[in-house]
Amino acid sequence: MRLLVCVKRVPAPGAKIALTEDGRAIETAHLSFTTSPHEECAVEAAIQLKEAHGGTVEVLTLGPPEAEEQLRYAASVGADGATLVPTDGSDVDPQATAAGLLSAIRSLEAERGPFDLVLFGNESADAGNFQVGIRVAHGLGRPVVSGIKGIEVEGETAVARRQTASGFEVYRLPLPAVLAVKEGIALPRYPTLSGRLKSKKLEVRRHETELAPGGQRMVRFESPPEQEVRTEFLSDAVAVVDVLEKLGVL
Amino acid sequence: MSVLVLIDHDRGEVSEASRQAITLAEQVAEALGSPVEAVVIGAEAADIGVVDRVWHVTHSLLDDYTPGGWGEVLAQLVAQEMPAAVVAPGSDRGNEVLAHLAALLDLPMVANVTELDPSGDVWSLQRVRWGGSLLERGELEAAVRLVSAAPHVFPPAETEGSSPVVEFQPTLEEGQVVDRVVERVTVSEGVTLATAPVVVSGGRGVGGPEGFGPLEELAELLGGAVGCSRVVTNNGWRPHSDQVGQTGTRVAPDVYIACGISGAIQHWVGMMASKHVIAINTDAEAPMVTKADYAVIGDVAELVPAIVDEVKRRR
Repeated sequence: MRLLVCVKRVPAPGAKIALTEDGRAIETAHLSFTTSPHEECAVEAAIQLKEAHGGTVEVLTLGPPEAEEQLRYAASVGADGATLVPTDGSDVDPQATAAGLLSAIRSLEAERGPFDLVLFGNESADAGNFQVGIRVAHGLGRPVVSGIKGIEVEGETAVARRQTASGFEVYRLPLPAVLAVKEGIALPRYPTLSGRLKSKKLEVRRHETELAPGGQRMVRFESPPEQEVRTEFLSDAVAVVDVLEKLGVL
Repeated sequence: MSVLVLIDHDRGEVSEASRQAITLAEQVAEALGSPVEAVVIGAEAADIGVVDRVWHVTHSLLDDYTPGGWGEVLAQLVAQEMPAAVVAPGSDRGNEVLAHLAALLDLPMVANVTELDPSGDVWSLQRVRWGGSLLERGELEAAVRLVSAAPHVFPPAETEGSSPVVEFQPTLEEGQVVDRVVERVTVSEGVTLATAPVVVSGGRGVGGPEGFGPLEELAELLGGAVGCSRVVTNNGWRPHSDQVGQTGTRVAPDVYIACGISGAIQHWVGMMASKHVIAINTDAEAPMVTKADYAVIGDVAELVPAIVDEVKRRR
């Protein structure tokens, strides 16, 4: 199988987000960066598919030159090839992101044949636009389902599971296909020492392409207003149950 | 020009997220002086009051959910009606179908809008990033504006009653619906995490998988569901389907009981729409404690069983 995973470099989730003075960017000086959580799990899912069916896993990102770190991290856990679509680091809208990735995928496929499965994260942790994978799938003319938390490949079919409120739904897509996956599909492994060494030597391809802006423009970021809460401290379990009774859930 | 609103429904029952989307659509339509028209796809004709018209989209290939198929038929309706905007619920399905529509029509799409000002050609808006821990001011310029309503921001519209229904029959071929649901598996009956009125959620402070026993008992007694933090699923103590947070399930219960959860931002954004939060934690300085409405300082392993006993005693 030829597998491709599209990943995004994002500030480590949970970090306190500070803004630059003009509010047009995140203050990155004291932040550590990581792969967006859904995509880290997508990489793991792809590697498990490679282990089960053979083949290769490549990773692709659109981002600043520093995003090479996330590509190398993917290589350290088992990805075989990596491509960067370089940007100047400013926020890229989802239409332009999809067009940039599509251009890179077409170029990779022209050279070495189509990918059987292209994986995305369901949405990036930072921008959360919920659309890049679907736009790329339409560009490639391939079926796509998002929100996926389980993948099995049976011959020329991808069997994908999506969590619902009470269980899951099953989809069967003919390959080649695109899936946007969610955290929980697989627990990401840690890199091995030999994986780390291999990833250092990995040659990262660069795919330069013009990114034409779409119709959605970011003006500035704002921190949500801090909610003033005065916490009422309760002394014991009985006081907790008094509160449950008062709130009408007993 | 109308404002269309996509309805996500389960066998005819309109989802809460759809009713929130109707409210956003009403706000936009009122500012534009336009009618609000709901789009219901599939055999079940959902009765929806409040709106000016219901487009009922039926086809033999639409007997079950198909994201690409829904996007395709919505694109056909949009091409016919040329609405000012299409509003979708900010749910998995809403965002997914809207993205298909955007890709098909090569239009921009703004996910999870919290404010929308439709005056002028360029609409100004606010939307959520980082699941809600950061907001973005933005602009949208398009022939048809595609937006989804951020969850738990707009009050759900009352949809009792019915509106005039217009049937819309799209052209659809088998090849356009290869992404149809082929099987449904029910894992849990009854109360679900996303809609439970009470969520009893555990974090690192629960100590291990067996520590969730009393939490399950309390949830059962209160007619609620058990949730957990990301640490818990990363440790393999609970399945990922129990995870509350930015990368898990987003909940908005009447009461959220956070047991041994420190309250990292990615967890907080998944439960911040809860009406009341009760924190149980050994650390009085934990973010979850300082943001909670009520807190009790102590060990989860002692307090939760004591709460269970007290609830039983009062029954």
